[in-house]
Amino acid sequence: MKTHKAWLAPLLSVLFLGLFLGIWYLATMQKESAVVVDPEYAALVGKAAATGSKSAVPNPTEVAIKLWGHIKDPFYDHGTNDKGVGIQLGYSIGRVLIGFFLAAIVAIPLGFLIGMSPLIHKALDPFIQVLKPISPLAWMPLALYTIKDANISSIFVIFICSLWPMLVNTAFGVATVRKDWLNVARTLEVSPLRTAFQVILPAAAPTIMTGMRISVGIAWLVIVAAEMLVGGTGIGYFVWNEWNNLSISNIINAILLIGLVGMLLDAILNRLTKVVTYKE
Amino acid sequence: MSQSFLKVERLARTFPTADGKPGLPVFDDIHFGIERGEFVCVVGHSGCGKTTILNILAGLDEATSGVVIMDGREVRGPSLDRGVVFQSHALLPWLSTLKNVEFGVRSRWPDWSKTQVQEHSTKYLEMVGLGQALHKKPSELSGGMKQRVGIARAFAIQPKMLLLDEPFGALDALARGTIQDELVSIVQATHQTVFMITHDVDESILLADKIFLMSSGPHAKIAEIVEVTMPRERTRHTIHHNPQYYKIRNHLVDFLVNRSQEYAGADISDTYDPKHPPQVRPGLADEMPSPAKTPTDPAVQAVVLPLLQTNASN
Repeated sequence: MKTHKAWLAPLLSVLFLGLFLGIWYLATMQKESAVVVDPEYAALVGKAAATGSKSAVPNPTEVAIKLWGHIKDPFYDHGTNDKGVGIQLGYSIGRVLIGFFLAAIVAIPLGFLIGMSPLIHKALDPFIQVLKPISPLAWMPLALYTIKDANISSIFVIFICSLWPMLVNTAFGVATVRKDWLNVARTLEVSPLRTAFQVILPAAAPTIMTGMRISVGIAWLVIVAAEMLVGGTGIGYFVWNEWNNLSISNIINAILLIGLVGMLLDAILNRLTKVVTYKE
Repeated sequence: MSQSFLKVERLARTFPTADGKPGLPVFDDIHFGIERGEFVCVVGHSGCGKTTILNILAGLDEATSGVVIMDGREVRGPSLDRGVVFQSHALLPWLSTLKNVEFGVRSRWPDWSKTQVQEHSTKYLEMVGLGQALHKKPSELSGGMKQRVGIARAFAIQPKMLLLDEPFGALDALARGTIQDELVSIVQATHQTVFMITHDVDESILLADKIFLMSSGPHAKIAEIVEVTMPRERTRHTIHHNPQYYKIRNHLVDFLVNRSQEYAGADISDTYDPKHPPQVRPGLADEMPSPAKTPTDPAVQAVVLPLLQTNASN
């Protein structure tokens, strides 16, 4: 394979970004409308909508100005419907992490059990197969009805959607630990507990971590939708609220931030996966 | 007959076929004894159940019938009394060389302090010439070095008996030579009792006191026990100058090529007694037979073998 200069790929990335922004800018150029509108109406619905000009989609500069505003003051709190994006993202990340870790606490030991015992595997497999494909949001009404708390319900939804990839991967990783390594532990009369922690866990760790990485990705996808449904706080609710405000700039900014946070979460777990990966 | 250190009686193993029915026994009616300090090699074609026998001795597999008694106790399940060197070295790849050895040592002596465990493990790694590679991961080692770690791990727990499953099968000829030499010197120094499986006829002559020749399965048997009558101090470089060497070698190769199939089928002649497989000394074949030790007597051999051959061809 041909190797390229290290700076070539980043340069291309910047070029693509420039191209994208350029097209965006051209597409959203304001055609000054001759329509005269009542300034009070214009103030109410926004200039673009009032004048009836084609697009209410902001151009990149407007979005950038808004973004700068969010970055400058991410943690302000002016009441229920006016909180800084930092606070909203914080709520979302908090829910994701709580749901994710609760799921890990359940999924990893249970996955161990399933992976080690073919009997348990056979007994639980039908349940897992039925529950796994259910959209996490389908649980939401049931959760709201039984738990009666919007916040805990979204955490529950995150829990449910994070559970399966971790469970399935842990079970698979544990079940496929090399027989030789287990035989080594057996011939050395290593206790079952020590075998679990010092042979099976490190052997299955890369597979388990991959499951965790998939889980956190799904959890971050789901939290936005869940918060749109339950409302109150969180970046999902922020997006929905800004939709009601018809502030497209803020929506675009929120989309960008959701992407960045998702990337960050994935990068962290990727780093952790590398730590536990071993070369044979 | 005196009680051997390791005694195997009536051992048989049947694996179920794909549809769950019991298949033919891979081997049955296996009897043998190994004395303390003896080095035994098992030679036979693939599929004769060599590895299965070793796994049963290790306690990793269970015999369908028969017993294994070591040092007066029946073998049930794996034990630190029997160290195993696996064919595929089976090192834990996330642990350094030293930690791999310490893993077993800590299990053997749970009361030892950290330094004690470390010193003991280091000693054994130095013994196999890996004093410089204590903190390397298995992936950074060559095949021969990995297998040395496996040997150090097995020796470090000071087992009563060592089981080696084709330990050098995956190594190139050069690496195999050096590591064989090392094994010879370690075994001579420690008087370890060893049961080793190999495909390599020369390796078995170099290392073993006795070579068990196994016939092919199903119904595999220990067809013969070949005594290596050369002096124990052998080296790879000089062994082939010993006049006995080629006699033994020819005997082994003849068996593998021509006779190993003949024991298949259940009806074996009356002269073959699976409890006392014929014990032969091909290295001394032209010399005067030693005074009456019935099955080991080469004169008896001359009668027994043709009988077996005619019988099996029926």
